[in-house]
Amino acid sequence: MSDETNTPVLEVSDLHVSVGGKEILKGLNLTVGAGETHAIMGRNGSGKSTLSAAIMGNPRYEITSGTIVYGGQDIAELAVHERARAGVFLSFQYPVALPGVSVVNFLRQAVRAVRGDDVPIKAFRPLVKENLKILDIPQTFMTRYVNDGFSGGEKKRLEMLQMLMLQPTLAILDETDSGLDIDALKVVSTAINGLRSEKRAQLVITHYQRILQYVTPDHVHVLLDGQIVKSGGPDLAHELEKHGYEWLEKDAA
Amino acid sequence: MSDTTVDRPKGAAGTAGLGDDYDTKYGFHDDESAYDFKSKKGVDHEVVEMISRYKKEPDWMREVRHNALDVFLSKPMPTWGSTELLNSIDFENIHYYVRASERQAQDWDDVPESVKNTFEKLGIPEAERKFLAGVTAQYESEVVYHSLREDLEKLGVIFTDMDTGLREYEDVVREHFTSVIPAEDNKFAALNTAVWSGGSFVYVPKGVEVAIPLQAYFRINTENMGQFERTLIIADEGSKVHYIEGCTAPTYSSDSLHSAVVELIARPGSTIRYTTIQNWSKNVYNLVTKRAIAEAGSRVEWIDGNLGSKLTMKYPAVYLVGEGAHAEILSVAFSSSDQHQDAGSKVIHAAPRTTSVITSKSISKDGGRGTYRGLVKVHEGAEGSKVNVKCDALLLDDRSRSDTYPTMEVDDEAVSIEHEATVSKVGEEQLYYLMSRGLDQDAATTLIVNGFIEPFTKELPMEYAVELNRLIQLEMEGAIG
Ligand SMILES: Nc1ncnc2c1ncn2[C@@H]1O[C@H](COP(=O)(O)OP(=O)(O)O)[C@@H](O)[C@H]1O
Ligand SMILES: [Mg+2]
Repeated sequence: MSDETNTPVLEVSDLHVSVGGKEILKGLNLTVGAGETHAIMGRNGSGKSTLSAAIMGNPRYEITSGTIVYGGQDIAELAVHERARAGVFLSFQYPVALPGVSVVNFLRQAVRAVRGDDVPIKAFRPLVKENLKILDIPQTFMTRYVNDGFSGGEKKRLEMLQMLMLQPTLAILDETDSGLDIDALKVVSTAINGLRSEKRAQLVITHYQRILQYVTPDHVHVLLDGQIVKSGGPDLAHELEKHGYEWLEKDAA
Repeated sequence: MSDTTVDRPKGAAGTAGLGDDYDTKYGFHDDESAYDFKSKKGVDHEVVEMISRYKKEPDWMREVRHNALDVFLSKPMPTWGSTELLNSIDFENIHYYVRASERQAQDWDDVPESVKNTFEKLGIPEAERKFLAGVTAQYESEVVYHSLREDLEKLGVIFTDMDTGLREYEDVVREHFTSVIPAEDNKFAALNTAVWSGGSFVYVPKGVEVAIPLQAYFRINTENMGQFERTLIIADEGSKVHYIEGCTAPTYSSDSLHSAVVELIARPGSTIRYTTIQNWSKNVYNLVTKRAIAEAGSRVEWIDGNLGSKLTMKYPAVYLVGEGAHAEILSVAFSSSDQHQDAGSKVIHAAPRTTSVITSKSISKDGGRGTYRGLVKVHEGAEGSKVNVKCDALLLDDRSRSDTYPTMEVDDEAVSIEHEATVSKVGEEQLYYLMSRGLDQDAATTLIVNGFIEPFTKELPMEYAVELNRLIQLEMEGAIG
């Protein structure tokens, strides 16, 4: 068994994923080490959400070949909730509404499930309060129904609240930045940066480099038609911004 | 009091003199200590006569019973609902009257393991378990009831069991009994009228608001969990009352037929809320008639939750007879394997500017069957009335079934009608989202179901809401037999 500190948090090898019989990811490779933040950039339809779904274990996405290794373990056989309990978190691009389920109840159950132990209400309350403050969310949020009638920005803040409550080892943020105004973007970035630590890793999926001004990635990858076509440092994001995705499309062609 | 000499309508004429010899024939005595009374199996005029005499009822009530029996015997079975299940009821094999002391003498050992397990999982206290399983007649909350009763008496509120009500407030009972639901209404209302026992009698005087809910649970020592309960609630002008019957814990009954009648009378400007949570064991046929008369400016709310039973047929009704009266019917039915919940509502708009809001939620699982059956009728002249009906069904798997039969009869044009019906399955996306937060599939489903019925749950007193959510969780885990 390898030395823990050297084991990558996530290792995706030659991943092929199909949805409804159509191949979306076509041999994707990605290694994310502990303490690292990676950005995945790509235009709409390139397969970004498909990658996040495959890592989280959405049963609708079929892995036809390749492996996803998390913390040294192949997670192909793990159910979605088992991955969550192992420390994987996905901030959804389109979080679903849960009518009748209050935010507070939802958070409590999620925290209990992931920690495998109930958090006494006494410890839970201050924790929530602290995180609400970080995210600039009013207390009244807690009694609303999860994502039910939420604005786009509110949904993203709730995703971040969950992330802060669950303290994941691997956080995947699927376009958490899109649709946010600059203040919200700063708040969300603070949350993401606050979670950075040498044991954790982050995968920031985005369309624009805007968020990367606040969350500085260690590595940037460009996803095009189901494959990573280019990787580099933070500068790559700027170049993409300047030249657009066509620049790489030509390269790939 | 004369015996059987009062005039009887034709149908019951043949019963004159019947039962005169019941004392000697059946060996019943008048002293209280000798009470151990169980009627023979089956129902006929002799049984009805015995019940009434045994309870020392006034002649008029005995007449009401006999007449109702004739109606019961002559009326055919309903041809809708679950006819197959209805026709399988063996009326000859039922004791129609069992005295409370007798009824409670059920042996704890006879209570099915599944029911005991559920009590255990719900964390129901020992004493209460025995009561719920029908093993003991007494329950500690009797003490609570007594002090509650004193407070109520000061306000002039009457809250007692129906038999006592009949004895102590005969005139009031006589005036209103069957005034909302006549025996002729349906076969099971007729049966109840003939053999009723127990239930509650509530009277709230003008302008009195009863601050805390009246819970039948508090007077559990009496016969309120009988098979043929009869409840009558009268809210006088401008008064307000909330009545709660049942409880979320499974109620084990070895009696398989339960047929209650509930009559509500809301005088002008009054408010009655009637909350029911029933969770009968799965051998029970629960065939209930509930109806309210709502006078001008009054408000009647039926909050009705049905779990358990083999077959439930229940359609709480409100007759809006006074201008501006409002009806609110909020119901939840949960059906699992071998269960059919045939529930719904009925609202009659018979006065101008009357309003009704009907919300029905049904959940079916493991091949369970939920049916919504609703009737809204707006009479001519009920102008400016508003109707809002919303029926949502949630199916937890492909084997389960949900049907909706909404009927609207609208005879006035100046009314507003909104109707919406949805059938949904637990969403894959919702499950995925919850599971991505660490919840396993059962826990995720439970949360979705509890969210689905939240509009109902939030109307319940806290302790009931908590119990109901917990119970649904047990149902989801398949922990309830
Ligand atoms: N559930 C699905 N069913 C069918 N097609 C899908 C599904 N999810 C994604 N796709 C298709 O896969 C491709 C990549 O989608 P996606 O991973 O969402 O891209 P991105 O997140 O980069 O915009 C698109 O062509 C999209 O239409
Ligand atoms: Mg996407």
